[in-house]
Amino acid sequence: MHIANGIINLPVSLAFAALAVGVLAICVQRARHDLDDRLAPMAGLVAAFIFAAQMLPFPVLPGVAGHLLGGALAAILVGPWVGALCVAVVLVVQALVFSDGGLSALGLNITNMALVGTAAGYLLVAVLLRVLPRTTAGLGITAFVASVVSVVVSSQAFILEYWLGGEISLKMSLAQAAGVMGGVHALIGIGEGLIAAVTVMAVAKVRPDLVYALRALRRTPVKETVAA
Amino acid sequence: MRKTVWFVVVGVLVALLMAGVVSRYASTKPDGLESVATRGCTVDANGQITGGTCMAQSERRHEVGGPLADYPVGSGIVGVLLTFAIGAGVFWLVRKRKPVQAETRD
Repeated sequence: MHIANGIINLPVSLAFAALAVGVLAICVQRARHDLDDRLAPMAGLVAAFIFAAQMLPFPVLPGVAGHLLGGALAAILVGPWVGALCVAVVLVVQALVFSDGGLSALGLNITNMALVGTAAGYLLVAVLLRVLPRTTAGLGITAFVASVVSVVVSSQAFILEYWLGGEISLKMSLAQAAGVMGGVHALIGIGEGLIAAVTVMAVAKVRPDLVYALRALRRTPVKETVAA
Repeated sequence: MRKTVWFVVVGVLVALLMAGVVSRYASTKPDGLESVATRGCTVDANGQITGGTCMAQSERRHEVGGPLADYPVGSGIVGVLLTFAIGAGVFWLVRKRKPVQAETRD
């Protein structure tokens, strides 16, 4: 879902770049609290894994493919603040080295995939992990649903940006564009949800202590008193 | 701590396998946003826009291109290692430091 150079006008692109820098700075501050010696290498792995998963587009419609964005997955594994930074690192590497996503569009892409995608994903995770059964399947369902919603919300952030600064005035209405964008990304979200669910369930089986969402949201009352 | 190092090593190997090998069999069709961006235009067999009105008409070339533009075969390996190095490096720098006495031990 990388926006290329020239799709959104420069003033709007720069405004979103400023927004992205500001929010990423807050993420760094909050991430510092979460990052200990164990989470730092894990966060590097999550970034590398998302980069790799983005190289595996899967078909969703005839002639249309999609790839994982990774916001919800990152939020579950390393938390929302570190997770947003992981996706941002991937997007910066892709824009600078692989010419994937325009440099002028980097702020837009970071906003959509790293910030909006991770935030939407984590909000869902925070709710679902509290209501679903505390099983591996519960975690998998959480990852799936959070991924689908995260990808669709990300796609709508692009529509907002196009409304603010799209270079071409389209024949189709903005509502139509939003519908098409949301529809395609619901399908991509299903694929992403399956990849994310398999991934977090595998990590939870081997090293449940490395899954941030399980540590942060499923604390037992006993542990909570110790932590306080 | 040592167990975590092993977990990370195995994880990076899985990522290398995905980006280096499995990616050769992945779809090369336009992604969701690209397909929406050409909606309203007619496109020829090479993906060039031949008419109509669509978002992609204002698309310009990438500003710098980049050394591994458009993911040549094998570049996934470089990308995974580079992303891991930058990610782990950045996160190592901003991590929460242990109290001084614990830090002097290593």
